[in-house]
Amino acid sequence: MACFLTTGKHLSFYSSFATVLLLLALTAPTALAFGFGAAMAARAPLAPVRWIGKSYIAIVRGVPDIAFFLFFVIALDQAFEWLRHKALCPDWDQPIRQGNDFVVCDAAKLPLGNSAQWVHEAYGFFVAILTFALVFGAFAGNVLYGAMRTVPHAQMETAEAYGMTRSQAFWRILVPQMWVYAIPGLSNLWMVLIKATPLLFLLGVEDIVYWARELGGSKTTRFTDYPHGDWRVWYFLGLLVFYLCFTRLSEIALERLTRRLSRGQATLGGEALRKAGA
Amino acid sequence: MSCWETVQAYAFRSLGFGERLLPRDDFTLCQQVTLIGSGLIWNVYFGILALAAGFFLAVTVALGKSSPNPLLRKPSEWFIFIFRGSPLFIQFFFAYFLFLWLKSVSSIYDPFTSAWLGALVVLFLNTSAYTGEIFYGALRSIPRGEVEAADAYGFSGLRRFRRIIYPTMMRLAWPAYTNEAIFLFHATTLIYFSGFPALQQRGDALYYANYFADKTFNPFVPYPILAAYFIAVTLVIVAIFGMINARLNRHLPRESRPRMRFRFNLMR
Repeated sequence: MACFLTTGKHLSFYSSFATVLLLLALTAPTALAFGFGAAMAARAPLAPVRWIGKSYIAIVRGVPDIAFFLFFVIALDQAFEWLRHKALCPDWDQPIRQGNDFVVCDAAKLPLGNSAQWVHEAYGFFVAILTFALVFGAFAGNVLYGAMRTVPHAQMETAEAYGMTRSQAFWRILVPQMWVYAIPGLSNLWMVLIKATPLLFLLGVEDIVYWARELGGSKTTRFTDYPHGDWRVWYFLGLLVFYLCFTRLSEIALERLTRRLSRGQATLGGEALRKAGA
Repeated sequence: MSCWETVQAYAFRSLGFGERLLPRDDFTLCQQVTLIGSGLIWNVYFGILALAAGFFLAVTVALGKSSPNPLLRKPSEWFIFIFRGSPLFIQFFFAYFLFLWLKSVSSIYDPFTSAWLGALVVLFLNTSAYTGEIFYGALRSIPRGEVEAADAYGFSGLRRFRRIIYPTMMRLAWPAYTNEAIFLFHATTLIYFSGFPALQQRGDALYYANYFADKTFNPFVPYPILAAYFIAVTLVIVAIFGMINARLNRHLPRESRPRMRFRFNLMR
């Protein structure tokens, strides 16, 4: 049993859990940055910038997210190759779209045809992160935009009365105060992000879903020392439990964070904490 | 082939009628629009049936979760936690392989391994959990005064629930329930990517969109078509649920009616 659980493939399975955690660790800040940028753009005084911000936030609404994942993976890949193609091969005269093929010059291929296996995997992972960040950036943008509008208007007026400029008021008054309003939305988003990680499988990354399918399938004695029947149901039960524990732990952690951020805020939560302390 | 012939050949392809072979080359816009629209039949099928069946289980679960009796409360809490705490994608995979395993035990489970029933069961349970949580939240925010007034008028038990609590619960929950309906509909696209096989290439809208994107290596045509279809259906859902919302709140003066707010924070 111990030998079975430590075969090379099982070790890959375990390390794919790390892949998922790494994805979460990298995507969450990136998406937050995207969202912050989008929310700032949506509030911009310049109309075209505002339109870009608002349409980026709005465009995710109404379409299944999984469609975005499937779309962006190909679209981003082709966009990168097209840009490199324009930069690296200026004297290429054939059309890029030839019927059903997308043809760029060899130097523009991403990753390069002769690069190592790990470069291919790293590139696939990078595109996956960018896809997640784009989709969740729009979600986060929506949350942050709402939070910025919820900060009491009197606070901004006071800032103006003290002679702060627009950007000073934004960074010193609005941004520190908006988090407590954004936290419910953002913690919801974090849960959603956790639950979106199995979609990595669709993006072609060898993640836990991939390995669970591989390892669980029937094995005969020809290919392995440990033949077994179709155990995929057990592997997926394991994944189910993993996700349940993960979301539960996140819930507890986010609950603590909410309490911490409510301290000293002019909200009901902050008031309750003040009373409890006094 | 003219566009009308294409429509005749492929309009019900997802149900197994019409042309057997999917187009292989010279993809026209007409083929893509027709086939993706044909796949949408399945999305609508899963969405409507799961939502309709899930409604009843959701009310039951919400009542169970707010019950003082732990024998009723604990199972409801666990049911909601399990289905809301894990990704729908994993639930589909798990259910598919579970049904495959059960199939070897008894042949009663044969139909469950195909998407039309197996995936429907998973979606039904999943939406019941999400909706149950929405209804539970609404149940807890029913104004105290209404329940006290009901008590004062001598309502009790089932009558109090049916006449006072249930209508108010629906009214409070309706905007969130509309969101749930929209996201359930979006979640139906996961089915054919999660183990459940699309026999004879009878898939849903995303299945065909993905087929075209793979064949033409050009995602910029099929996915916008898919997006347009989904936005259209979302608008239909919003319209229908908006009408029901207006009816639920018909006794209230116009300005105090709750406004429908659409948020998109529910992806599973």
